[in-house]
Amino acid sequence: MLKTFPKGGIHPPENKITAEKGIKRMAVPKVVNVPIAQHIGIPAEIVVDRKDKVVKGQIIAKSGGFVSSNIHSPVAGTVTKLDLIIDSSGYKKQCIVIRTDAKDPSNFEEVENPLKTDIELEPKEILQRITDCGIVGLGGATFPSQVKLNVREGTTLDYLIINGVECEPYLTADHRLMLEKAEEIVVGIKILMKALHLKKVVIGIENNKKDAISLFKKVIKKEDGIQVAALQVKYPQGGEKQLVRAILGREVPKNGLPLDVGVIVHNVGTIFAIYQAIQYDKPLIERVVTVTGKKLQNPSNFWVKIGTPIKDLIAEVGGLPEGTRKLVNGGPMMGKAIKNTDVPVTKGTSGILVIDEEEASRGEAKNCIRCGQCVFVCPMGLEPHLLMNLSEKGMYDKASAEDIMTCIECGSCSYVCPSHRPLLDYIRFGKNIVKKLETSKN
Amino acid sequence: MTDSVLYSVLLLVSLGVVAAVVLYIVSKKFYVYENPLIAEVDELLPGANCAGCGSPGCKSFAEKLVNTEDISSLFCPVGGNDVMKEVAAILGKEVVERDPTVAVLRCQGSCEVRPKTTEYQGPRTCAISAMVYSGETDCQYGCLGDGDCVKVCKFDAMYMDETTGLPLIITDNCTSCGACVEECPRDIIEMRPRNKRDLKVFVGCLNEDKGGIAKKSCSVACIGCSKCEDICPKDAVIMVNNLAYIDPVLCTLCRKCVDICPTHSIIETNFPPKKVKKVVEKKVVENVAVIKEEVIAESKNIKTDA
Ligand code: SF4
Ligand code: SF4
Ligand code: SF4
Ligand code: SF4
Repeated sequence: MLKTFPKGGIHPPENKITAEKGIKRMAVPKVVNVPIAQHIGIPAEIVVDRKDKVVKGQIIAKSGGFVSSNIHSPVAGTVTKLDLIIDSSGYKKQCIVIRTDAKDPSNFEEVENPLKTDIELEPKEILQRITDCGIVGLGGATFPSQVKLNVREGTTLDYLIINGVECEPYLTADHRLMLEKAEEIVVGIKILMKALHLKKVVIGIENNKKDAISLFKKVIKKEDGIQVAALQVKYPQGGEKQLVRAILGREVPKNGLPLDVGVIVHNVGTIFAIYQAIQYDKPLIERVVTVTGKKLQNPSNFWVKIGTPIKDLIAEVGGLPEGTRKLVNGGPMMGKAIKNTDVPVTKGTSGILVIDEEEASRGEAKNCIRCGQCVFVCPMGLEPHLLMNLSEKGMYDKASAEDIMTCIECGSCSYVCPSHRPLLDYIRFGKNIVKKLETSKN
Repeated sequence: MTDSVLYSVLLLVSLGVVAAVVLYIVSKKFYVYENPLIAEVDELLPGANCAGCGSPGCKSFAEKLVNTEDISSLFCPVGGNDVMKEVAAILGKEVVERDPTVAVLRCQGSCEVRPKTTEYQGPRTCAISAMVYSGETDCQYGCLGDGDCVKVCKFDAMYMDETTGLPLIITDNCTSCGACVEECPRDIIEMRPRNKRDLKVFVGCLNEDKGGIAKKSCSVACIGCSKCEDICPKDAVIMVNNLAYIDPVLCTLCRKCVDICPTHSIIETNFPPKKVKKVVEKKVVENVAVIKEEVIAESKNIKTDA
């Protein structure tokens, strides 16, 4: 039996149509719109001005606090304006607009760095470099990596788990990266082992990526302390708590972090970014994005510069097909619909999903029939139907007592509900209010 | 036969007596003293339990009025000055007279002038749609049209206008309890002084985008041109973030700004219709405005050319 987490979970159709498509490099766009809030926490502070010339990889916005991150220019060019542009949240957010310099060779000649296995930096330097290079979690949560790696003295930490699960349907960015950069990723793992003085690492990969599993098994043969765990295919296994439970059998406390049970979890994409930052001093200015959808002519995976407007990606895969109803930033389960195609790619954009009428429509919400399916699939052991009712009726104390804050917003409940109840919408709303009430209390 | 009737009557009567005695003892034993003034004040209050005063209901507001030394900061918006004066008379305390206010909707973005650019399928409440994104139109400041304000109004003073997709306020029913102001996630509803005959002048827009962008998302948006600020003789117009706001205290209702606003963002209510002569005058003013705009545009062109 393959390992997995015990409570709840679903298995939606995988639809990994781009799994065979190698990662292509997107042409550098003419203009990039770089938002200053691409990570969880405090937005970065802009350090450039209009008309400034910037070189590729230069810091254009500095980390604005402890939980924040540097932002670098993805291209060489000129800052044309500091403007408000709609980002994936649907609201206008502060962006740095840079016009690419068509003559600068650094914009067009992409050097493929050879594999470099010797780790020269000392642990302290490694952590500093990760901070400088603006690395954030690339799995989607965009949590600044240096904060996660900042382990206080005296904390017991014995395992690093590498998240190569990619449990979201459609997305294949991590899968392709694992296939194409396996050796680099292993070096990246060793960098973190050195930085955190760790002895044990497990790479968790779901069993629908057999090629990646066997590849990694081969690459780590000679490495001490690194293992590969093949996991049963189940959503939301990519959630940190679910993954720790699946691989190590450790239960992360309700409102706690994996670190509370001695574990740190990092996504494979983040590990590759760390590898590049440490070995080649390359800041996080591009990422792998899956552009996919059933009706697309040519769905594929791309290396995309941060700030590239999504319309460029759409053009690259053959334009929007007839009958498109929705564009989603991320996967179908946790992704968010976007307002228009000018929305820029950010550090958290793992995929762009193009959805047609049939898949896009939500069924009409009917009364709860008390079938209990939402309770059955909730990986956090919550009662979604109850939480929805409580937040709809404004009974936030009760909702808080029923652990509404532990919901990981995986959407499994809304997915299975036969009455099409908008469970997650109301739960999210309730969480928002509970959070506000709690901060106002303190 | 007669026996059974007699027995049952006797039984019921004795039961009643026992119950009466128990009730009497209990009511004496558990008697709680309550200041009789509270009941008296409660009697005066409107009994709407709308929470417009900040207390959860009229009874608790009455308690607060009786138990607070200085009640000048307390006010029942539904009862208004009259009720507050009576309350003050009973309690022998001072109240401050307040200008009566009424709710106004600071958005004119009907379906006609503010086209929908996306479609929303989630739960239809303003609170949730404001949480997930900026709304179905390109204006991220305007009314979402899901009627949360209408749902909280206890006085039938609001309803959704099907044709415009915006809520409508029936001023006569509005008690200015403030429930809708509190509820709206976009802060679109404002309490403004009722003035004489309910005359009001205010900016019906909250869009802080730069002129061109605002105008593109909604044809009656305030474009921040400052014309109203310039023409206002009383300096009642304040420009913040490309948006005009009219200070109700300074505004003398002269309506000069209403006429000059190029996008008709400024709303006037309940003024008698203007005389024909005036309409002609207004046109002239408009023409002047247009010409002025052209001149400005031209001078700008020259600048950029140079
Ligand atoms: S969205 Fe929240 S409540 Fe619903 S299944 Fe996931 S964790 Fe449970
Ligand atoms: S799955 Fe839907 S219908 Fe079933 S109990 Fe949950 S909310 Fe009710
Ligand atoms: S005024 Fe506010 S609460 Fe009322 S419908 Fe508009 S957005 Fe919703
Ligand atoms: S005149 Fe009209 S558009 Fe110009 S600032 Fe005043 S309200 Fe806004």
